[in-house]
Amino acid sequence: MSVAVLKTEQATRSPTIIALTRLLQSRSFLIGAALVLAIALVALLADVISPYDPLRNSFRTRLRPPDAMFWFGTDHFGRDILSRVIHGARISLIIGLMTALLTGIAGTIIGATAGFFPVFDNPIMRLMDALMAFPAIVLAIAVASVLGASVVNVIIALSIATMPHTARIVRASVLVVREREFIEAARALGASELRVLCRHVLPNAFGPLIVRLTYVFATAILAEAALSFIGVGPPPPAPSFGSIIAQGRDFITEAPWITIFPGLAIIVSVLGLNLLGDGLRDVLDPRMRT
Amino acid sequence: MAQFLVKRLVGSFVVLVLVSLMAFAIIWLVPGDPTSAFLDTGATPDQIASLRQQLGLDRPMAVQMLEWYGRIVQGDLGHSILLNRSVTAAIIERLPVTLSLAGLALVFAVVLGVLAGIVAAVHHNKWPDQVVMTLALFGLSVPDFWLGIMLILLFAVKLGFFPTGGYVPFSEDIVGWARAIIMPAMTLAVIQVGFVARMTRASMLEILNQDFIRTADAKGLKRAEIMLRHGLPNALIPILTVGGIVAGALLGGAVIIEQVFSIPGVGRLIIGGILSRDYPVIQGGLLFLAVIYLSVNLVVDILYAVADPRVRLE
Amino acid sequence: MSARLDQPILSVQGLTTALARSHATVLEDISFTIAPGEVVGVVGESGSGKSMLALSLMGLLPSAVRRTAGRIVLDGDELTSGSADHWRETRGRDLAMIFQEPMTALNPVMRVGHQVVEVLRRRRGFSGYEARKEALNLLRLVEIPSPEKRISAYPYELSGGMRQRVMIAIALAADPKVLIADEPTTALDVTVQAQILDLLRKLRRERGLSLLFITHDLGVIAEIADRVMVLYAGRMAEIAPVRRIFDTPQHPYTQALLASIPDMKGPRGRLVTIDGAVPAIGSMLEACRFSPRCPYRHEICERERPPLGLVSGDQAAACFRPFGYERPIEAVS
Repeated sequence: MSVAVLKTEQATRSPTIIALTRLLQSRSFLIGAALVLAIALVALLADVISPYDPLRNSFRTRLRPPDAMFWFGTDHFGRDILSRVIHGARISLIIGLMTALLTGIAGTIIGATAGFFPVFDNPIMRLMDALMAFPAIVLAIAVASVLGASVVNVIIALSIATMPHTARIVRASVLVVREREFIEAARALGASELRVLCRHVLPNAFGPLIVRLTYVFATAILAEAALSFIGVGPPPPAPSFGSIIAQGRDFITEAPWITIFPGLAIIVSVLGLNLLGDGLRDVLDPRMRT
Repeated sequence: MAQFLVKRLVGSFVVLVLVSLMAFAIIWLVPGDPTSAFLDTGATPDQIASLRQQLGLDRPMAVQMLEWYGRIVQGDLGHSILLNRSVTAAIIERLPVTLSLAGLALVFAVVLGVLAGIVAAVHHNKWPDQVVMTLALFGLSVPDFWLGIMLILLFAVKLGFFPTGGYVPFSEDIVGWARAIIMPAMTLAVIQVGFVARMTRASMLEILNQDFIRTADAKGLKRAEIMLRHGLPNALIPILTVGGIVAGALLGGAVIIEQVFSIPGVGRLIIGGILSRDYPVIQGGLLFLAVIYLSVNLVVDILYAVADPRVRLE
Repeated sequence: MSARLDQPILSVQGLTTALARSHATVLEDISFTIAPGEVVGVVGESGSGKSMLALSLMGLLPSAVRRTAGRIVLDGDELTSGSADHWRETRGRDLAMIFQEPMTALNPVMRVGHQVVEVLRRRRGFSGYEARKEALNLLRLVEIPSPEKRISAYPYELSGGMRQRVMIAIALAADPKVLIADEPTTALDVTVQAQILDLLRKLRRERGLSLLFITHDLGVIAEIADRVMVLYAGRMAEIAPVRRIFDTPQHPYTQALLASIPDMKGPRGRLVTIDGAVPAIGSMLEACRFSPRCPYRHEICERERPPLGLVSGDQAAACFRPFGYERPIEAVS
């Protein structure tokens, strides 16, 4: 009863402002946003803030444990791990962001087509089911390996692996929105099907998509690392979080710091994105609204 | 119920046909000639032609596809070029290893995840909830292979509690099996424990807000009785539906974890196949994983119908 | 039963509840009694606090709402001074409740028979065999056709009316001293409504059930209640025997409610409606809460809270008008 009362009071404000207010009250969102912003800044300013050249070999400084000079230690080529992690943030974040964008575009086109045009629904969704039958990480490894190691191919592989689920989410929200009265009203006013879809249905399906893409971003960073570990990640010498770990594995007992620090960097980035996603979900995803 | 089952079976069959087509089609993605991976650059045209013939690549795509379907319905996944043996036999030989790894991880994920989720839901917004949810979030944010490396470093290299890797068959030495499998299974389960805990909590919280919980409260039942007899059975239904997702993720995760702990399972076979471009192994391995995934989901759907009487009627 | 006939089986004094966060009152100073075998009806619009009253009596208030004052005494046992555990022990044995929504009030994955048996076994110590036998009797008592078959049905297999009968059977399984029914017929079709009302009347006759019957429908009240309490915005507006409520309503709100019932017999006139709406929690007046909608309001109504004053021996109203806009002597319940 009390909740109903509060809702009518809020209804006079615009939905965007309500969503923003609620986001700024969400602890998950604020902590997540702070972490993601911090990592993004590190990636952007990598050239400025990294103490050394991440690619410079130096035999004299090889396998140095963390000290005042090399905070995260050095690897077997004498390269500074801190500088490599800072530059690695760049490639890892680019891969994560591009994967989220690509899977978002492909997922929206495919999911919206399936959800809005009933003739395509069954064939498209069975195809998505089939793609989802392969474990996503194995599919990504196979595609990345077949296409050959490069940053772009890793992005393509991860997008293929994360796209079916995204399409399913878009389709689900399109199905719900399609049945609402204002869609009928837009049609009655003579709007074309495509216009109805783009102007009325998709904006209303946006919330769950944004939430999903935040998680895809996080998943892509984890998956990039796994791909590098298997050996089909972005090629050396440019560092990514995953490739630093992969190179450190051979020195795990004598120089564990090579492996430890990029792993922690992954945790911080993924944790930030997951928190951001949780905060967004609480506010944007209608299924979660109370 | 029968109608429900038939519908599900037909649906799975259609997806299976598509899945096998995709597994076959991965060869089309390859830039250049698939044989190049196995032959030196100095190979004579004769050698290439003979390998192409051996792989069946000289025939039209449609024929190759028909042959592929003809073989897989008999359970023949082809012949590995590098291992020089039947892919089916290689998978079957390694299957118990992967199943014991993924199976044990599933047990960990479900038991720990559901327990943690219930604790969090019962103490909603109090400290046990916050502790469980923080841990779950960390579980979801840790790269599993990295965690595996860290555990090896700590428990195998430094403390010597467990071997650094390898596998001992259950039938040979149970203790050895347990020592070899516990750490990989825990590593594999960590992400899924976090996932299941979050799902269980959300599901329990939703159920605990339902009218029939108030009815149970009006009956004067104890809090624990309400949770276990009315809350959990209803909350488990949505959790069951993510069982398929969890099983799929464990299957994929096992492929990576086998690599970390040097466990000779199906995953290592497939990764080896992928890295050496041994196409029959890639195609057969992918198809095999997908079939397992589809079977698990079919079982989950049936269990779902058993758990929720409402589904049976539809 | 230990109660003497002249002693109330349930007595509520000064019950006040408020939102835990804003301290806005939800129910204010509710006092009434139920005699053994009596049916007390509670009417009011949505938002008047009817359901909150039922939940307060059950000790099942949602966590956002707190009881801030008042006593609830059930057959000499003061529930409000005991522990939460004691109150829980009372539920399902001395106190039972039927809810408004039969579609959602039953556990969807538990057979309905088991939901009745559960009360008998867990709360009343029946053995498994006895409990099943008694559950069958109860299903028969609430007139469920072929109860032997229905006992193992799931809720989704039953109609709304059948489910509400099951709810009643669950409530009766407790063998309660007082049964609280919160809009038990509102969600049902008109014909089914009549059947459920008939059933409750029969149970009252045969079992001497004491009933608190909550509804927004005065027609239903006329059919079942002995006495009626009218709630407005969390306060008691009027309480009186059912005949007096219909014949000589004292509170302008009660009068307006009666006037808004479409009269089937008389000449077809304009449908009378009450202007305005129940004020929202948190924006309520300290003075008479009905005064903004009241055609008879005086200046005192906007200044002071009208106490519940005795108009006659068994009728009390919280209005200045029957007392010539003077403060009446407060009724003592």
